[in-house]
Amino acid sequence: MVQKLDYLVETASQTAGPYVHIGLMPTYAGNAGYYDEEIATSPIADGAKGEVIEIVGSVFDGTGWALRDALLESWQPDAAGKFAGQEGADPAVTGHCRFAADADSGEFTLRTVKPGQVPARGGGFSAPHISLWICARGINIGLQTRIYFEDEDNSTDPLLARIEQRPRVDTLIAKKTADGKYRFDIRLQGEGETVFLDI
Amino acid sequence: MTDLGPLIPRNREAHPPAYDPAYKTTVSRSPNLPLLSMESGLSEETGPTFGHNKLGALDNNLILNWTKGAAPAVGERILMHGRVLDENGRAVPNTLIEIWQANAGGRYRHKKDGYLAPLDPNFGGCGRTITDENGGYQFLTVRPGAYPWPNRGNDWRPMHIHISVYGHSFGQRLITQMYFEGDPLINLCPIAATIKNRSQLDRLVAPLDMSASRPLDFLAYKFDIVLRGRRQTMFENKLEGM
Repeated sequence: MVQKLDYLVETASQTAGPYVHIGLMPTYAGNAGYYDEEIATSPIADGAKGEVIEIVGSVFDGTGWALRDALLESWQPDAAGKFAGQEGADPAVTGHCRFAADADSGEFTLRTVKPGQVPARGGGFSAPHISLWICARGINIGLQTRIYFEDEDNSTDPLLARIEQRPRVDTLIAKKTADGKYRFDIRLQGEGETVFLDI
Repeated sequence: MTDLGPLIPRNREAHPPAYDPAYKTTVSRSPNLPLLSMESGLSEETGPTFGHNKLGALDNNLILNWTKGAAPAVGERILMHGRVLDENGRAVPNTLIEIWQANAGGRYRHKKDGYLAPLDPNFGGCGRTITDENGGYQFLTVRPGAYPWPNRGNDWRPMHIHISVYGHSFGQRLITQMYFEGDPLINLCPIAATIKNRSQLDRLVAPLDMSASRPLDFLAYKFDIVLRGRRQTMFENKLEGM
């Protein structure tokens, strides 16, 4: 016998299911006005510093079908690389947003400010990125991934450097389609499968 | 020792696998390739916070919140309560918990739910609250009904309440479901069965808690939630700006 380790085990995840929007995005679910103030409807308020950008994309399943029921959450720092709550962070940036695939087209839109680079553990910096968490019916535990930007220097990013198959790096990089506009598609499975994270 | 260490890596054995053919939708929605594992950084160790000022007085009372207190929902009145802890056994105070559920007949108030059971005009089906200084939380609601869903020939969801928790960092984010003690449908449900470790599934089944039940008013069910913890040694590389 040895001494007992008294850690607890994390509660098991279960799928968010098809009706996740009721709980997290009541207006989207058709229940506008449920709460006096719905949370995380935008990651930025008026006056946020930096470049306002719009990222459009879809979440595709293994057959190439764009999910109509996917719900995504984003988390990011402000334009200077400070997260809400850190000293000196831009008060107009909460950095957190919930957005859903359109029920007809399957397309989502995230309107935010372009994030700054943040210090990486062990030194250096992570290239500007937005963390994503994706849930839907048929996803048993929320999928983590990141949006990087093709017009930033991603060459020394410690996470991207860890991707063995170099062509897969592209799955995490948003493509610029116009000034301030980017395209970022997520492929759950099969050809071009997005790199999902375990961080 | 403060919260400076990285998040304890997620024990994936404690969770359902992405692919589980008995839950058919996972077949085309599960990544085939391995996840990229890495030590957490600022993006995972920070997270959104929500003040009490965003919450309304009835937000955690699903019996009354849809009608803003005008009329109570139909169904068996229950109190759902418990604590949020981390893997180190420490309370997680001031964190947002959101729940959503079907009404007593098993119907969701969602534009996509067309089940035969009627909507209850007095029930919306979602609530939210913030944990107290001990990680404690409470919701007053009605027991949700079981309902059929299109999967295999005749699959039914056991009575359940969906729960979303943030913790103090984005890497702790968790969504799960609470089941009810004694429900025979739990052992027939392919979604519950995605959890391969029986003791992990058992921990999603809330026991009837007569001590917290109020006589002549409601039954109580207790549901504790454990989120990822952070390593706490004095040998960590600190991150600038934390």
